[in-house]
Amino acid sequence: MAQARISWGRTIAAHAILITWTVIALFPVFVTVVNSFKSRRAIFADPLALPWPEHFDLVGYTTVLKQGDFFGYFQNSMIVTVVSLFLVLLFGAMAAFALSEYRFRGDMLMGLYLALGIMIPIRLGTVAILEIMVAGGLVNTLTALILVYTAQGLPLAVFILSEFMKTVSDDLKNAGRIDGLSEYAIFFTLVLPLVRPAMATVAVFTMIPIWNDLWFPLILAPAEEVKTITLGSQVFIGQFVTNWNAVLAALSLAILPVLVLYLIFSRQLIRGITAGAVK
Amino acid sequence: MGALDLKSVTKSFGATDVIKGVNLEVAEGEFCVFVGPSGCGKSTLLRIIAGLEDASGGDILLDGKRVNDIAPAKRELAMVFQSYALYPHLTVRDNMGLALKQAGVPKDKIKASTDRAAQMLSLEKLLDRRPAELSGGQRQRVAIGRAIVRRPKLFLFDEPLSNLDAALRVATRIEIARLHRELGATMIYVTHDQVEAMTLADKIVVLRDGRVEQVGSPMHLYNDPDNTFVAGFIGSPQMNFLKSAALGLPGETTGIRPEHLFIKASGAIAGTVSHVEKLGGETLVYIRTEPHGLLTVRLFGEHSYQVDSAVGLDIDAARAFHFDAAGKRLR
Ligand SMILES: Nc1ncnc2c1ncn2[C@@H]1O[C@H](COP(=O)(O)OP(=O)(O)O)[C@@H](O)[C@H]1O
Ligand SMILES: [Mg+2]
Repeated sequence: MAQARISWGRTIAAHAILITWTVIALFPVFVTVVNSFKSRRAIFADPLALPWPEHFDLVGYTTVLKQGDFFGYFQNSMIVTVVSLFLVLLFGAMAAFALSEYRFRGDMLMGLYLALGIMIPIRLGTVAILEIMVAGGLVNTLTALILVYTAQGLPLAVFILSEFMKTVSDDLKNAGRIDGLSEYAIFFTLVLPLVRPAMATVAVFTMIPIWNDLWFPLILAPAEEVKTITLGSQVFIGQFVTNWNAVLAALSLAILPVLVLYLIFSRQLIRGITAGAVK
Repeated sequence: MGALDLKSVTKSFGATDVIKGVNLEVAEGEFCVFVGPSGCGKSTLLRIIAGLEDASGGDILLDGKRVNDIAPAKRELAMVFQSYALYPHLTVRDNMGLALKQAGVPKDKIKASTDRAAQMLSLEKLLDRRPAELSGGQRQRVAIGRAIVRRPKLFLFDEPLSNLDAALRVATRIEIARLHRELGATMIYVTHDQVEAMTLADKIVVLRDGRVEQVGSPMHLYNDPDNTFVAGFIGSPQMNFLKSAALGLPGETTGIRPEHLFIKASGAIAGTVSHVEKLGGETLVYIRTEPHGLLTVRLFGEHSYQVDSAVGLDIDAARAFHFDAAGKRLR
């Protein structure tokens, strides 16, 4: 119905803008992936050329796979990201439920306190965090990273999820209470499924910074066996010479897992972002 | 089973007092309707009875037992909500059976109870659907079915018909009345619609601003209202309020129902016809008068009046109600 009224001109203009944006957004990814399949000489000679047979070279990938424990780095990144994500979603949703559902002394202050982390970057506390980790004997463990990333992700998660949970019908929760469901059952079986789109949104916004982070792995867990993939890729960047083939290959490989996770969440994500806008 | 007793129940949200001391007795098996304008605290009072909200003061007694500190699920009551509040992830059957399942009732018993309730409400064909696949009227019937299944002592309804269209509302109203006769359980029904209140209730509780204005049977409230609020709220079209001084009658305000006002050329009150509504069985004539404002006259059968024509009005003085300046009935 709405489509009939939108003129061709506007449709084309809208698509032109969207396509331009897509090209700009995908360009760095494209360059990275394309060049990862080329020889070093070809990368510098013509960075935009496609990997035609004459330049095609898997040297980057073979270097990456030979040098260092690349699969180990991968695994570390995966563990850190997935576990942090799980903890952020679990605790974030529970805190959001408490804030949106129960009236208690200081609930406003508590909400404000939890939201404060959105504005204050966690990196400001790096020195203190490092001291805590040293004291706790957690340096060079994945646990250290998981703890930090969970703390980093919680504020935004609590903020977004509590707004969404306020929209869940009180009647539904009350019906559950009258039918004898516990507060946990109400939370897990009634409320969580209804805020799934919001959960997916939070998941994506939480996951990407964690996967890409270089700062905390470098400071808290630089040891070989706990290196994450972003840190692991740094071995190819030297002070004087950089093995571009390897760096590009490593980055191309690092895109894959986030891409998979993103695809898993994206259907819900779009619903989360457009919730309310489209009914 | 199912007698309810409220003793000076109060409720405040922060600094705002929403329920300001309600005393009420509902006998076993009675159909009691809370009626009042939007925001007067009907739902809050119902939620306090259900245990979903704690009373700030006073006692709630079910069958003589104080239940203030008992969890909603343990009060042996069921509630039907305006928004249906069906569990979206469960089928109709599981929606209806959840309370029994939580109470640890064996599966075959749950199935028997669900089937019986489904049959009472003709829901048999819908048992395997999910709420999203039902129409509004079907959803509300499922919600009522869910309440029946657990055989509660006390049913609570919070404006269950407000989201339904007019025809469905009448049909569901009749169904609820039938269920009340068949089950013989105590029911408390909240509505802002006085027609629902009049047609369903054994006893109507008129609420205003967190206080009980009057309690009584529908006809008692209709024929013997305590104050202008109850007189104006019960009955449709609304009662006319005239200025007593202009008529030489006692009190400040005189209330007269539309059917007790007559159009007569020699009538004491002069006015002009402002609008005529012909409903077939009855005709409503709206007449603009000088000191009293717009008055409604209800005539039976079909009548024609020219808009803007001058008419006279007479009142049936024996059926008039007299109220003082504060709106209290003079008896
Ligand atoms: N949880 C709450 N917090 C604060 N005020 C509330 C809350 N629930 C209801 N109220 C207030 O109490 C009054 C009565 O509400 P309610 O019982 O829902 O009225 P009704 O059902 O008669 O329309 C309203 O003014 C409403 O704003
Ligand atoms: Mg209400």
